[in-house]
Amino acid sequence: MTREIAVVAFAQTDHRRSTDDLSEVEMLMPVLHEVLDRTGLRTADIGFTCSGSSDYLAGRAFSFTLALDGVGAWPPISESHVEMDGAWALYEAWTKLLTGDADTALVYAYGKSSPGSLRDVLTRQLDPYYVAPLWPDSVALAALQAQALIDAHETDEPALAAVAARSRATDNPHAQLRGPVPHGDYVVRPLRTGDCPPIGDGAAAVILAAGDRARELCERPAWIRGIDHRIEPHSLGVRDLTDSPSTRLAAEKAGAFERPVDTAELHAPFTAQEIVLRKALRLDDTVRVNPSGGALAANPVMAAGLIRLGEAAAAIHRGEADRALAHATSGPCLQQNLVAVLEGDPR
Amino acid sequence: MSKEPVAVVGIGQTKHVAARRDVSIAGLVREAARRALDDAELTWADIDAVVIGKAPDFFEGVMMPELYLADALGAVGKPLLRVHTAGSVGGSTALVAAGLIAARVHGTVLTCAFEKQSESNAMWGLSLPIPFQQPLLAGAGGFFAPHVRAYMRRSGAPDTIGSLVAYKDRRNALKNPFAHLHEHDITLEKVQSSPMLWDPIRYSETCPSSDGACAMVLTDRAGAARAPRPPAWMHGGAMRSEPTLFAGKDAVSPRAGKDCAADVYRQARITDPRREIDAVEMYVPFSWYEPMWLENLGFADEGEGWKLTEAGVTELDGDLPVNMSGGVLSSNPIGASGMIRFAEAALQVRGQAGEHQVEGVRRALGHAYGGGSQFFAMWLVGAEPPST
Repeated sequence: MTREIAVVAFAQTDHRRSTDDLSEVEMLMPVLHEVLDRTGLRTADIGFTCSGSSDYLAGRAFSFTLALDGVGAWPPISESHVEMDGAWALYEAWTKLLTGDADTALVYAYGKSSPGSLRDVLTRQLDPYYVAPLWPDSVALAALQAQALIDAHETDEPALAAVAARSRATDNPHAQLRGPVPHGDYVVRPLRTGDCPPIGDGAAAVILAAGDRARELCERPAWIRGIDHRIEPHSLGVRDLTDSPSTRLAAEKAGAFERPVDTAELHAPFTAQEIVLRKALRLDDTVRVNPSGGALAANPVMAAGLIRLGEAAAAIHRGEADRALAHATSGPCLQQNLVAVLEGDPR
Repeated sequence: MSKEPVAVVGIGQTKHVAARRDVSIAGLVREAARRALDDAELTWADIDAVVIGKAPDFFEGVMMPELYLADALGAVGKPLLRVHTAGSVGGSTALVAAGLIAARVHGTVLTCAFEKQSESNAMWGLSLPIPFQQPLLAGAGGFFAPHVRAYMRRSGAPDTIGSLVAYKDRRNALKNPFAHLHEHDITLEKVQSSPMLWDPIRYSETCPSSDGACAMVLTDRAGAARAPRPPAWMHGGAMRSEPTLFAGKDAVSPRAGKDCAADVYRQARITDPRREIDAVEMYVPFSWYEPMWLENLGFADEGEGWKLTEAGVTELDGDLPVNMSGGVLSSNPIGASGMIRFAEAALQVRGQAGEHQVEGVRRALGHAYGGGSQFFAMWLVGAEPPST
């Protein structure tokens, strides 16, 4: 009998272009307090803590160690960290709860993109011998993907603009970019400013709990029915950029295709990537996609994937969704993808 | 719900050296992974998921290198996790991989950790720029030397203890073909007359900078039953963390280390570690950390750890051998160093440690720590399956 595990609380910052006035731990701490307050738990009550962040964004080694000051890791805590988006930290915490070693977990992620040039920083993710020396930036690579989709007649520029407009029509108060936003000039053809995510800083946190503990802590827990993640080859030359087989496989393993979902939170930083993900996940027009605005409304790198899981769970907590899919991505052009299926108890 | 028992059925590491200029980063990790698979007599197709770890990305200048390494690690189409918990990461990575099996999410997992320090300069990579740190702390030695000094003052240990540890570990390394430093002409006098780097830590009492990787194949009970060689069984594993600096922190014997060991011993039903554990691979980057960790891990009472070292208890033929492989003092590919401790502990209980094998090891402890003595990861492995 597999243990039932749920997301019982979610909190996030108001995402901003720049947080020069805050250190990372100062940005993170209010979110940690908020998510704990929602459950009435204190740090000492948490069985396992796991976080996701990147030294390259922070511009210093071991940047995550300072975040522990925000957690208040005293007495010492059972804790781990992934150099990945916080969605994968949630995955690690989920496995920890499955073993029965813990009944509750605190998961958090944060990223400040503002101190550096994000487009340049992300080139350091690429093959260090053959690709990174050419400094191909994240927008240029996403543009290759968008153009491949257009060439395959799977989308066109007006359709991409519609994705952007729909995403930013959100009423999400945490969003960095919302309302009518001009679609703008080309950044890298065929992508215009409106096709690209805003660059900004932010943090998010989630609490997981198992079985009856989840029911105690949350009126309507968002049960994780399945969660899986898969990676594709790194070299863009050997991938079909118009498809996302790793997303499809992760969705299959997570049980996403067993029954339709009503809501989907997709981590698609660029408009064209939503087209790719919708196809891989077989989402039709009846599914509410990214009511939060998705990464096109706020994209704090390293936290944006965890936020998709949090937003999907929060929709279930609020009773706005019954079965939701959450997706997170990492790497150039959707190289690595995570899919989770969340459900609320019948109402 | 009980946890699935976890077995180590494959172990591989590279020959650790100052600079592996003959291989790329991908070539380095693949070499260790390939050797672990060969040891387990498995192929890439037998692996369900990959968990990789390394210390800060700045050490190679590649952001989240697991993305680029997916192909080399045979991870395409599979789940790939990347762990980073500072110096303890090699141990934490193995524990995350073991967790996937214990939770019955996967049956067989490849775990790998590496550092290719020759790609940059780790000492300066560890010396954070102003405003993050005052400009006095050059490298890890600058951070830890005052804590060693505090231990010496607190315990009253003679000044020579550190050199005994270094002399022992460097001689043990001569029996380990994978060790970085093979100092055939080492003498105690040479250790004691080597240059002072960070008083009281001398050059010969300091770990080298290495390029290296370590990999293990972990599997469930069914996988262990198919294994060609005796498996090592995990009897307990834990991680603990505490903040870097705070009023009341005991930098000499951190509570996170004590709590972590206590959790592992509880799981493994060990009440007297000194008597019930046969050998230890502990993370000793500076020689004095051997007596310090002997106390922190409960092998000696507070202030008494140096007496075990002085009496030869921790020698290869002693009553409680420590760092049979030569330890971190002889090889330090930082991100891999914790996993090497875990793997060497497993080699001992499997009886596969070669020339540095200790006879009759039934239970061995693997230990790793990192950050400002604040992140701890440990596992206890045994020759027999855990009693459930």
